[in-house]
Amino acid sequence: MIKIVKNGIINENPTFVQVIGMCPLLAVTTSAINGLGMGAATTAVLMCSNVAISLLRRVIPEKARIPAYIVIIASFVTMVDLLMQAFAPPALNKALGIFIPLIVVNCIILARAESFAGKNRVLPSLLDGLGMGLGFTGALFIIGSIRELLGAGALFDRAVLPEAFPRTIIMILPPGAFFTLAFLMAGFKYLRSGGKSKQEGGET
Amino acid sequence: MRTMLVFWSAVLVNNFVMSRFLGVCPFLGVSKKVNTALGMGAAVTFVMAIASAAAYMVYNYALIPLHVEFLYNIAFILIIASLVQLVEMFIKKSSPSLYKALGVYLPLITTNCAVLGVTVLNKEAGYGLFTSIINGVGAALGFTLAITLLAGIRERTARNDVPPCFQDFPITLITAGLMSIAFLGFSNLIKL
Repeated sequence: MIKIVKNGIINENPTFVQVIGMCPLLAVTTSAINGLGMGAATTAVLMCSNVAISLLRRVIPEKARIPAYIVIIASFVTMVDLLMQAFAPPALNKALGIFIPLIVVNCIILARAESFAGKNRVLPSLLDGLGMGLGFTGALFIIGSIRELLGAGALFDRAVLPEAFPRTIIMILPPGAFFTLAFLMAGFKYLRSGGKSKQEGGET
Repeated sequence: MRTMLVFWSAVLVNNFVMSRFLGVCPFLGVSKKVNTALGMGAAVTFVMAIASAAAYMVYNYALIPLHVEFLYNIAFILIIASLVQLVEMFIKKSSPSLYKALGVYLPLITTNCAVLGVTVLNKEAGYGLFTSIINGVGAALGFTLAITLLAGIRERTARNDVPPCFQDFPITLITAGLMSIAFLGFSNLIKL
């Protein structure tokens, strides 16, 4: 049971290993809290859709499965969207904006439906959704923290770095997202290859 | 005049890939060769132009009269999915080589967030039918521009000596980041 969750977080991490779901990953990670909010919304949709698809896997005809999956996912996304508009802090809603409805087209969710939930029982599917969601949230959180720390010198909106430390504005602008992800992925690759080449873990 | 501003803003200032981060997956995935990138751009442009128009009509003439505006997400994604199916059949018949080169990314236009993104943005900005189509075409051309530029750079740097851990994705991301800095130069060019 725990293995399925761990699989999603580490072995098959959707971001660093499978390299899918890039758009929200780059777009909403201007701060740690935005990353966590997006991760939580995606995880909720992922778990719900995995359970629903797993329950319906004998009913959905093989040929029409992708449209069926998309409709199921879109329904849950609509629910999450409405819930967030009602209860989440306005600042968070504004920051995530269009990317909440766009969870529908996050490849991670359709990929898990196709490769896991459509073939497995309910409980493993739920755990798979949880694991993948947490793996994605982790990546969002790490990137969000790095960008907020270097770009604004803060973490969770609290100033952390001393005033004298230079703020690199570019890190919270779009290019910073590309650079952060590039260095993180290079670092990940370096660790997995067992460190065959020299490389600094720093940031431009 | 305003439609021209919407158009240029979608192509350059708020470039979908470079500053809004919509459509990053195909941007990184299908940008190894200029020809494939152009084909992908053309397919996306076609889908986005028609999707903008269709989404506008369905939203204004079906969802609003029935008071079910909150179903927009489901309606839009179904429109896009059927459109992509159509384009796929068309390309398969008319250009098998392009069909092969685009591979799995062709059906994946459905899950290209740029397409759903432009329909949602049009709805939120309250654009009319004509402006919606212009915005869709502009955004798609911006996507084509970015992906073609990246493919050109990647063709030239393919044989460069890159440290092993930076090969493939990381170096492409850094290239994209540098391009994104260049696109920042367009910001504040147009204020809507």
